[in-house]
Amino acid sequence: MQFMLLFSRQGKLRLQKWYVPLSDKEKKKITRELVQTVLARKPKMCSFLEWRDLKIVYKRYASLYFCCAIEDQDNELITLEIIHRYVELLDKYFGSVCELDIIFNFEKAYFILDEFLLGGEVQETSKKNVLKAIEQADLLQEGSLSHLPSFLQFQKLL
Amino acid sequence: MDAMATGEGRREGVRDRSRVCKSKEAEIKRINKELANIRSKFKGDKALDGYSKKKYVCKLLFIFLLGHDIDFGHMEAVNLLSSNKYTEKQIGYLFISVLVNSNSELIRLINNAIKNDLASRNPTFMCLALHCIANVGSREMGEAFAADIPRILVAGMDSVKQSAALCLLRLYKASPDLVPMGEWTARVVHLLNDQHMGVVTAAVSLITCLCKKNPDDFKTCVSLAVSRLSRIVSSASTDLQDYTYYFVPAPWLSVKLLRLLQCYPPPEDAAVKGRLVECLETVLNKAQEPPKSKKVQHSNAKNAILFETISLIIHYDSEPNLLVRACNQLGQFLQHRETNLRYLALESMCTLASSEFSHEAVKTHIDTVINALKTERDVSVRQRAADLLYAMCDRSNAKQIVSEMLRYLETADYAIREEIVLKVAILAEKYAVDYSWYVDTILNLIRIAGDYVSEEVWYRVLQIVTNRDDVQGYAAKTVFEALQAPACHENMVKVGGYILGEFGNLIAGDPRSSPPVQFSLLHSKFHLCSVATRALLLSTYIKFINLFPETKATIQGVLRAGSQLRNADVELQQRAVEYLTLSSVASTDVLATVLEEMPPFPERESSILAKLKRKKGPGAGSALDDSRRDPSSHDINGGVEPTPSTVSTPSPSADLLGLRAAPPPAAPPAPSGAGNLLVDVFSDSPAAQPGLGPSPEEAFLSELEPPAPESPMALLADPAPAADAGPEDIGPPIPEADELLNKFVCRNNGVLFENQLLQIGVKSEFRQNLGRMYLFYGNKTSVQFQNFSPTVLAVQTKRVASQVDGGAQVQQVLNIECLRDFLTPPLLSVRFRYGGTPQSLTLKLPVTINKFFQPTEMAAQDFFQRWKQLSLPQQEAQKIFKANHPMDAEVTKAKLLGFGSALLDNVDPNPENFVGAGIIQTKALQVGCLLRLEPNAQAQMYRLTLRTSKEPVSRHLCELLAQQF
Repeated sequence: MQFMLLFSRQGKLRLQKWYVPLSDKEKKKITRELVQTVLARKPKMCSFLEWRDLKIVYKRYASLYFCCAIEDQDNELITLEIIHRYVELLDKYFGSVCELDIIFNFEKAYFILDEFLLGGEVQETSKKNVLKAIEQADLLQEGSLSHLPSFLQFQKLL
Repeated sequence: MDAMATGEGRREGVRDRSRVCKSKEAEIKRINKELANIRSKFKGDKALDGYSKKKYVCKLLFIFLLGHDIDFGHMEAVNLLSSNKYTEKQIGYLFISVLVNSNSELIRLINNAIKNDLASRNPTFMCLALHCIANVGSREMGEAFAADIPRILVAGMDSVKQSAALCLLRLYKASPDLVPMGEWTARVVHLLNDQHMGVVTAAVSLITCLCKKNPDDFKTCVSLAVSRLSRIVSSASTDLQDYTYYFVPAPWLSVKLLRLLQCYPPPEDAAVKGRLVECLETVLNKAQEPPKSKKVQHSNAKNAILFETISLIIHYDSEPNLLVRACNQLGQFLQHRETNLRYLALESMCTLASSEFSHEAVKTHIDTVINALKTERDVSVRQRAADLLYAMCDRSNAKQIVSEMLRYLETADYAIREEIVLKVAILAEKYAVDYSWYVDTILNLIRIAGDYVSEEVWYRVLQIVTNRDDVQGYAAKTVFEALQAPACHENMVKVGGYILGEFGNLIAGDPRSSPPVQFSLLHSKFHLCSVATRALLLSTYIKFINLFPETKATIQGVLRAGSQLRNADVELQQRAVEYLTLSSVASTDVLATVLEEMPPFPERESSILAKLKRKKGPGAGSALDDSRRDPSSHDINGGVEPTPSTVSTPSPSADLLGLRAAPPPAAPPAPSGAGNLLVDVFSDSPAAQPGLGPSPEEAFLSELEPPAPESPMALLADPAPAADAGPEDIGPPIPEADELLNKFVCRNNGVLFENQLLQIGVKSEFRQNLGRMYLFYGNKTSVQFQNFSPTVLAVQTKRVASQVDGGAQVQQVLNIECLRDFLTPPLLSVRFRYGGTPQSLTLKLPVTINKFFQPTEMAAQDFFQRWKQLSLPQQEAQKIFKANHPMDAEVTKAKLLGFGSALLDNVDPNPENFVGAGIIQTKALQVGCLLRLEPNAQAQMYRLTLRTSKEPVSRHLCELLAQQF
């Protein structure tokens, strides 16, 4: 995988992870282009598209788009399930995750992603093992997880 | 409290920003205020404690992720790395990972902190450090850690091993030279046997990447991967516990293992192969079972494995049974209600279409695919359908496919029109049985999607019409009809203008298309056209004056009009002036010579195909050749990926140009003035051609010049003053000339000829398409040779002394340039007077096409790919012959090297055989050559096979080389 982007329906970037060296300028350009392309697609359309020399695999969960760029020989369907497994991990960790969890606990979203995917490859697919690693780390920090008040009315992703 | 405080603090600030700030300006103002605050904290006199540092670094990160630039705080983040508190360290690492900065002093500090954490033996810290290296992946980090990580990888704890494997992979991708190979390879391969599935999952990715560079070192991974895969595939859906995903056991690991296997040919060990085939069958069987869950995740995971399995089956391309089963499976998906599956099935079938075993099976789905092209709502799916139609096209279904694609074009999305146009043009050309169909198709293209018909496409139709006289009349009639449409595309005017100018006379007999009618039809379009088209039409008009003298007065009137003679465009003005003068000054004969019909274009790779490749990258020209199922090509191709590459493709123009027409075009027009229309038409690089627009002054004049007749042999040398007699003075070569020539096929130096009077020695060297040859004429007698004059036909030579004293030697230097491929060597004629009697002698100069060979090294895979691409029957030449010399491998090797090709080791599965590759360099074109020599010691026979992109070259090289053994 070359990169993963999370963005909202309004086109706001919520998380970006790059597994190939690119300049900030290029990253911004790619993000702008892709967000535009993906948002323009209709709901029933296929989740894969060719873009430059990459394949884009994306899926929408509630208000958030998860979008991965993979290389020519990579498997589209398994990438789709990478996205799903990541959403499941977030959901399990935050408990009914919504977009705002990711906005305000972005660091957790990154840490979970690092446990799951490293250098663009799947590192650990077991939900238990990934969350164990994160929870172990949480134990090291004295204090509990902060959760957001529910009145903010953000849709759950799952 | 730590986290609470951070979270709260940030959330307070943030909620203000993102909720309250309605306008962009307000947000920026707010953020700048916050940044100023953080900056002052960092710069303040009071040293910040770890907690506050973390808080502010985290805020900076947040601001960065909102899309604002951050240019400070790096130092504070680096400080956090050495904190003892996990959360502080973690935020520090996150900041570094997200906001990498190639600030060299910082990198040193960061590396230091990483080093400490790696040495800490605390797995949580080690993982943080490894994640950071994997996220940044810079060269500096590679230099610092690439040597240490393998140790952690083979000896660390499980969770650390996983991170170490992928960390190493990232460093390897960034700077492969830094990652040491060697002693730990075997242990890495053995990670495939690890108890911990997570470790295996991470390790497979690493091995897949590393084995591409050193396949041999990692060869043992194949059997380990097969047994691991077999265990997963045959396990029940609950066996693997948390590694089972929606009832599918370890889908990610399965896909990765199948990918790894695609780096290798099918296993040689029968037991391993058997086990693997069993696995593949199990996957195909499971695909038919009813789903264990209705969830899309279940079906996706299951099908991900299925598609990867099919990729592996296609990669092996050796199991007809599996290939056909794969094709049937994909056929079911073509009508699946999930768009994603339909998309992938179309995509995957494209590669199946290029396998000789499944091509026919793919073709049975033609109606479904055509239907997809018509009814799919998603353009990217339609695109795949169009690709598949292109890939499954062959002579049997070309008409149907082309007409469907044409119909689709009428409503196609703008984004893909140009590509469809190119594809239709290629298919129409490649599979044309009658040329009227081809012409109709291209004109239809212009009619339907004129804007998307690029120059390459309409140049091509002109080339083909020019070269095929059986279609010229039809083409003239058809364009004439097409031009009668009230609104026709400018490209149609161009094609029509050119064709009528060349071949309008063929339909002039019909009163409905008499010359004046043709002219007024064309001229009715003139005023609406661009400058380039008008320039072309002016050329057509002058051709009309030549073809139809009765139109002269009318056309001269048009040329004379002020709008032409004083046209603001210099090109049009010049054409009008010169054509007018030409038509009034020149005699009919001169006019006829100047405006003679265009000579045939030299055969070359279709410029359209080149364009499609540029557009699509490798793999675009993958339509299957009919001759692909040639059994003789198969034994050598076993187990090689069928993906075509962009290099040295077989010329698809072969069908229409050159090869089927008996004599190759003899007189290629001199490719002079780069701007002229003639050159435009057969240049295949749009970058190099200025198009039809304003061009250099000499441009259209040279267009009018009849092409300079050139020797078909096309060797032209040093433009020194010619001292040669006319070619007609040269006698036929002596009977032994061929035998003498053969001695020099594989070597460059030696004695070319000797009798009682004269000895001729040769020394030569060749580089690319240039050569220099020294000829040494030795007088063996004691009497002077007089009027000594050695001349070489078609090679201009430097004069040599006309007297050669007894016992003396004179030297002659020839500079040789190979302009295009040739079959017969130049002749060397030597005359002199010896004791009053004239002597004359004609030899073949030892310059054969193979002298311009440039050896090409390539890997086995590339070789097979190219070999497959050159699979048209005309491209191959084969000879089976008896050995004339003792069969010694070393001698054979030396001869093949002398012949000029590179010898490729480890390509042919049989080590007795010789495989070579090279490129023949000529000025006009390059011809890629592949050769294979199979000695049979028992029978004392050889089989020699040559494949090149040009038929005459294959045959000629084969003949030359066969005489050497």
